[in-house]
Amino acid sequence: MQTSSEKWSFLLGTVAILALPLASSAQLPTLDIESRLGMESHIGNINGHAKDAKYDYRRYCVGCHGELGDGNGENFPWVDPKPRDFQLAVFKCRSTPTGTLPTDQDLFDTIARGLDRSNMPQWNTFTKQERADLVAWVKHFSPRWLNEKPGTPITIPPEPEVTPERIKTGRDLFARVQCWKCHGVQGMANGPSASTLTDDLGRPIQAFNFTDGSRPKCGNTDADIYRIFMTGLDGTPMPSYADNIKPDEAWDLVFYLRTFMQQKSKEKEMAKQLSLKPVDPTAPAGQQ
Amino acid sequence: MHASRRFHLHNFFQLPTSFAAVALVVTSVVLSCSQPANALPAFARKYGLRCSACHESWPMLNYFGQKFKDNGYQLMNDRDAPIWQNPGYWPVTFRITPIWHRVSVGKVQVDTYTNGAPDGGQAIQRISTSGFDLSGLDFHTAGTLEKNISFYVLPSADPTGAFHFEQVFLRLDNIVHSSWLNIKLGRFELDNLLSEKRILTLTGNGGIYQTYHFIPVGDGNIFGQIGDNQLGIEYLGHSADDRTRIGASLISSNDGNVNLTLGANSYTGFFTGSQAFDLGRLGVQRVGFYAMVGQAATYYLTAGGVPVAGSGIGNKGFSREGFVGQFYFGPHFDLTVVTQHGSDNPWFGQGYGNAVGTDGNGGTTATCSSPAPGCPFLNNVPGTALPTGSQAPSWNGATFEAHYVYSPQLIFIGRYELERMSQQADGSAYTTVGPNGILGPTPSNFGNISTYTIGFRYNPFMTSRAGLAWHNEYNWLHQDGTGPANLFTGALTNINTSELLMGLDFDF
Repeated sequence: MQTSSEKWSFLLGTVAILALPLASSAQLPTLDIESRLGMESHIGNINGHAKDAKYDYRRYCVGCHGELGDGNGENFPWVDPKPRDFQLAVFKCRSTPTGTLPTDQDLFDTIARGLDRSNMPQWNTFTKQERADLVAWVKHFSPRWLNEKPGTPITIPPEPEVTPERIKTGRDLFARVQCWKCHGVQGMANGPSASTLTDDLGRPIQAFNFTDGSRPKCGNTDADIYRIFMTGLDGTPMPSYADNIKPDEAWDLVFYLRTFMQQKSKEKEMAKQLSLKPVDPTAPAGQQ
Repeated sequence: MHASRRFHLHNFFQLPTSFAAVALVVTSVVLSCSQPANALPAFARKYGLRCSACHESWPMLNYFGQKFKDNGYQLMNDRDAPIWQNPGYWPVTFRITPIWHRVSVGKVQVDTYTNGAPDGGQAIQRISTSGFDLSGLDFHTAGTLEKNISFYVLPSADPTGAFHFEQVFLRLDNIVHSSWLNIKLGRFELDNLLSEKRILTLTGNGGIYQTYHFIPVGDGNIFGQIGDNQLGIEYLGHSADDRTRIGASLISSNDGNVNLTLGANSYTGFFTGSQAFDLGRLGVQRVGFYAMVGQAATYYLTAGGVPVAGSGIGNKGFSREGFVGQFYFGPHFDLTVVTQHGSDNPWFGQGYGNAVGTDGNGGTTATCSSPAPGCPFLNNVPGTALPTGSQAPSWNGATFEAHYVYSPQLIFIGRYELERMSQQADGSAYTTVGPNGILGPTPSNFGNISTYTIGFRYNPFMTSRAGLAWHNEYNWLHQDGTGPANLFTGALTNINTSELLMGLDFDF
């Protein structure tokens, strides 16, 4: 016959043993991440410290990116595109070559710019110091930042004067590197591959529609667009064309892409004067 | 209850042990229900953001929330138009607060009795009342009709269920793709950086900003209420990051009353401007100004002594102006300061202008008698002269509100306000009984107000559909000279009121 105290001891012991795996599974990644709380960022002469961003992250970011920075916040099921998983340290908007870590400045700029056509707003209400702290906080989720250095930012040559010839060259390039397969011949994101696109995690993803007035996710200046296809959008099907396109040619492609966009531009005017037709995917190479 | 007894905070700690025990249990229960915040009220639900992203503590906006509001309730991320939402999404929220409160008024003149019958005498004593109660009910619905066209409709009921439209407007945002051009039309809150409609406190005197409503005792200008929602049109411009903001409103001088019941042709202008600065880890600091300059009627045509609606002419001027500062000392502590200098035309100072019988604070004047409405009603009919010694009343005020934000779920609030008369309407040459009931010149401190409010709000949880705050607050208010006259000497007396309030503030 067990006494009452023995029964309680048995019960509590059982509960404690059952709870042990739960507790340990919850603690391990947290401890791993917390060991990197000394992470810093450096933007110009501003030094960001991860530990100083804890409060802001909890107030503003955790709902989507999650306590562990794995993109699994409570809004995960409801938002599309899905929140970034900082533990993977794979970022779309970089100035660095594909496959490399972004610079602190890249992350700093992304926070303020936001990501159009996503639930990531423009967090330009932070002070620069707060933003630098958040960059350090984002970095502290992944050990990649301890083991690797950010890539060297690509060099963007000075933007040449736009000419009709350059726009036509850009159109040829658009056909040659097969941008149309995803973006469509008129930039409407309706190319033959568009419906099959998935990101690195196997989730469906849409190509950018140049014609609906949206802004490119990683910035809307000519230099931003240049940077996007020379660095690629890591984690997405958009590759880097740095090995396929010469730096000067890349500007021609920027000019041609501008002809698709709603905003008024010199490129649009010139394309109109040229009566420029969309690329013909069936045309032999070099005969667009 | 003894007339001399004052209800101060230290009395709270002397409450019966059983009450303290109950409070402790309630605290424990609420705290034990605590879970991480994941608030998604109407707008947050639309955009997938926590409510803490926009609110320092619900309903008070933080800087990001202010930017969201200035953009027309848009994040400017190309997901703002309703076409992006699930067709079942309907941006509606109701808010109501069941409360327990104890209200104590320091000096009330009451009849005295002898052997069960009135003896004709009077006494002054404190009256304290406590009990369970309800706040009013708000139905908020707001959002975008299309990209850059936003709206707000807020039917609001008082605790008895009587409805009115507290806020209704349509706003054209980012006209010609510029954040510097936004136009709003309807009934709306003036662009006060410290928003009274998003105030964190709920008591009768602490639930408003005295600085936004102060007028001298006996003054007939009910129009200069910058805390009340007003009818008009507003221009607002701001930089993309909202660091720089400018605004101008043209409003009817009717204190937000509908149906054109007051002046025939009287308008008021309200102007604001502010600039924010980065101060590193301290946060974004903001300084700004506001100015209200207006005219309102003092002469109404009458029929049987009753003012004819919309007939008011004889416009006289008034102004309110001041500075605003929002100072952050890191993520947990902030202080907002609002100053005001106010001035009314001498006609208002002598009680002219109020033709609807309100006290300027949304209530009806207690001394109202025939002819109604608009009583006590002084009419500036042709040939009326101001009493000798009349002058423009003016005053200065300030509001200091501090917050300690322990976490997005727990905020402590402290506020101190002071309103000081600078010049009374009845000057040294005044020899008659003024509208404030005083014979001759009015004492310089008559009507001065000092008040403080302290409290905290704890959100035990926040979900995508609802919000709940356990609200606790204490307010104390002192006003010079407005108590009942001393029964023996006839001297003016001061009055103190206080209120302790606990409630569950929730929305869904």
